[in-house]
Amino acid sequence: MITLTDQPFAPGDLLTAFSQGRSETGAIATFTGLARAEAGETQVLELQAYPGFTEREIGKIADQARDRFALQDLAILHRVGRIAPGEAIVFVATAASHRRAAFEACDFLMDYLKSRAPFWKKETGPGGDRWIEPRPQDHADIARWETTT
Amino acid sequence: MARVLLFGRLSDIAGWHERDLEGDSLFALRARLAEEDEALGQALGGPGVQIALDQEIVRGDAAVTARSEVAFLPPMSGG
Repeated sequence: MITLTDQPFAPGDLLTAFSQGRSETGAIATFTGLARAEAGETQVLELQAYPGFTEREIGKIADQARDRFALQDLAILHRVGRIAPGEAIVFVATAASHRRAAFEACDFLMDYLKSRAPFWKKETGPGGDRWIEPRPQDHADIARWETTT
Repeated sequence: MARVLLFGRLSDIAGWHERDLEGDSLFALRARLAEEDEALGQALGGPGVQIALDQEIVRGDAAVTARSEVAFLPPMSGG
């Protein structure tokens, strides 16, 4: 399930719900990304999406992850709008028969969300506004999945 | 005529997010925007800016109609 929300969420509640009724799942891996304060440099983070398009593009990434790692299920929840430091921005959960697939699929999904999912992120701090674009490290992270089979 | 959408820093540069614009192709729309606003024109030609036509990424030019939705997308960053 892929969800965008402009409301704060509790990652633990999402994991509890995702874990329900799974008698054939051996492993669930989750990732929660939080907004950092950057020592006061970031007072608020604003995330913009392209409604409809953003969900569909994430859906394509999710389909790739399902095939590649033979996932039983996955969930992605992503915040949009204004986010305060310490709040969760993104939650990813993957369910598989065994742990390796669940871990790797979670890692894969996050690398794609960081630099390929249609979001635009603006930091506001004492020095003004700044649009965040993928760093060289983000490109290197995604390249790992393109060179291995 | 098409509905044009700008995202991220592009809409900050232009000062708008959405408007209708005359033009019969993606490149014609982009040239029209560059003519009206030099800073936006430069940003639209910058590295990593993609174009979505009716919510599908298009590489190169394509025809647009009055019902087309054209979005200019700067480099994306989620998570």
